[in-house]
Amino acid sequence: MTAKKTEDFERPDGRGITEMRPITAKVGVVPNADGSAMFSFGDTVAIAAVYGPKKMHPQHSQNPEKGTLRCNYNMISFSVNDRIRPGPSRRSQEISKVTEWALEPAVMLDNYPNMVIDVHIQILQANASTRCAGINAAAMALAHAGIPMKEMVSSVSIGKLDKTLVVDVNKKEEDWEEGEGATDIAMSFTSNSDKITHMQLDGHITTEQLEEAMKLGREATRKIYEIQKRTLKDIEIMEGVEE
Amino acid sequence: MSDIFTTPKINAERIKRYLAEGKRLDGRSAEQFRDIEIEIGNVSKNAEGSARVKIGKTEVIAGIKLVPGEPYPDSLDKGNLMVTLEMLPMSSPRIELGPPKIDSIEMGRVIDRCIRESKFIELEKLCIIEGEKVWTVFIDIYTINDDGNMFDAAGIAAIAAIKNAKMPKLDEENKIVYGESTGKPMPTTKDVPISLTAYKIGDEIIFDPLKEEEDITEARVTIGMREGIISSMQKGDSAGLSVDEMNKIFKLMKTKSKEIALKIEKAVK
Repeated sequence: MTAKKTEDFERPDGRGITEMRPITAKVGVVPNADGSAMFSFGDTVAIAAVYGPKKMHPQHSQNPEKGTLRCNYNMISFSVNDRIRPGPSRRSQEISKVTEWALEPAVMLDNYPNMVIDVHIQILQANASTRCAGINAAAMALAHAGIPMKEMVSSVSIGKLDKTLVVDVNKKEEDWEEGEGATDIAMSFTSNSDKITHMQLDGHITTEQLEEAMKLGREATRKIYEIQKRTLKDIEIMEGVEE
Repeated sequence: MSDIFTTPKINAERIKRYLAEGKRLDGRSAEQFRDIEIEIGNVSKNAEGSARVKIGKTEVIAGIKLVPGEPYPDSLDKGNLMVTLEMLPMSSPRIELGPPKIDSIEMGRVIDRCIRESKFIELEKLCIIEGEKVWTVFIDIYTINDDGNMFDAAGIAAIAAIKNAKMPKLDEENKIVYGESTGKPMPTTKDVPISLTAYKIGDEIIFDPLKEEEDITEARVTIGMREGIISSMQKGDSAGLSVDEMNKIFKLMKTKSKEIALKIEKAVK
């Protein structure tokens, strides 16, 4: 991949190759929950709500060593063009699991033996990168719930369209067919320890390109982290004023 | 967040005592609704229509998907209608993950009947090829935050989403061309039906209960009404109602449903 090619590459929506879609973030979107947040990449909108820590039922599911983080990712039936039949699918169950794995290292679960923290993620509107938006919203909701965390988790998708790497893949790019087609790499980083806690890839890519993709992912997730942090801080200040 | 998922007796007694004096916890009168916010079309661009409704802290979203499909054998020249309602575990600490429980099923069915029996959606205009292809209207409702009276919030959201729905474009093979709406509204009658619920606590009848008030409700009556005509009804919960109480509810419904219908009509404009 030469530098020239990369510069010449035109993304379907005219973004620069490392440019993410406009991000919006907000906390407190579900008043009943102990913590909640909304995160969107452009037209991809995720909300997350946290309930807990609370006692795990049934008792035989309890882990006396540490608390359990239980994530549930779901797409609203009308979040996409072809209606999704309500209820869990194989896809949503897998994403729920990888979301748990993405977030778990950041949460101090040792504090909560025999307890469970439920994280409910709903995708209201989808234009690709839904699992990344979901993870970002979930990490913010956990922090908003006041659950002790070592650090934040931030997630982004890096795409390879033909030969060019791009940041924050949308639906048109996900369906890219020209040249080498599309490779979609969803990844999540922890904010301080710089660990990859989630990575999934579909497509075909060389190890060199993947190394470069990881770099782009790290840079993008740093920016996302700043937005998550700022959003959480703003609400703290606002709540302080109210008191 | 407390782990007690019912309203304690001491609060229940206080609510009843207040109600007997015509007062409520948040200062409303018995028949008064909390603020109703109706947002149209903003929930999902990928839905043919959508709405978000907030009544106080209660929040619900509804979306419409229009899908070409086969007609039912008993209505070969009419579109199909399907209403589902999911009480998301997100919306309340009381809801567990798993298949829909009876309360979501009941709520979905009651709203379905309000829409179907009032003939609000002109299903006879949703035939593509008689006997072969008709539109199926999927109305899916999801609860976001439950602070009482989800029944009415969900009904209002469904009606508002229907009013917002536009017909998708079809190609020669009658497949949907996504991203190219026809801009034509889904055919409905001009006036909107409204599904509202009256709640009986002790000897009092109230509307739009808070969660605490809903918890101690002894009976409820949901009525689907348009222009003073009732087309669906459901009496819920175990207490009985006298004929006088029922008549009082009918009378109250007439004014309330007109009031809410005006709100929706204003929001969809």
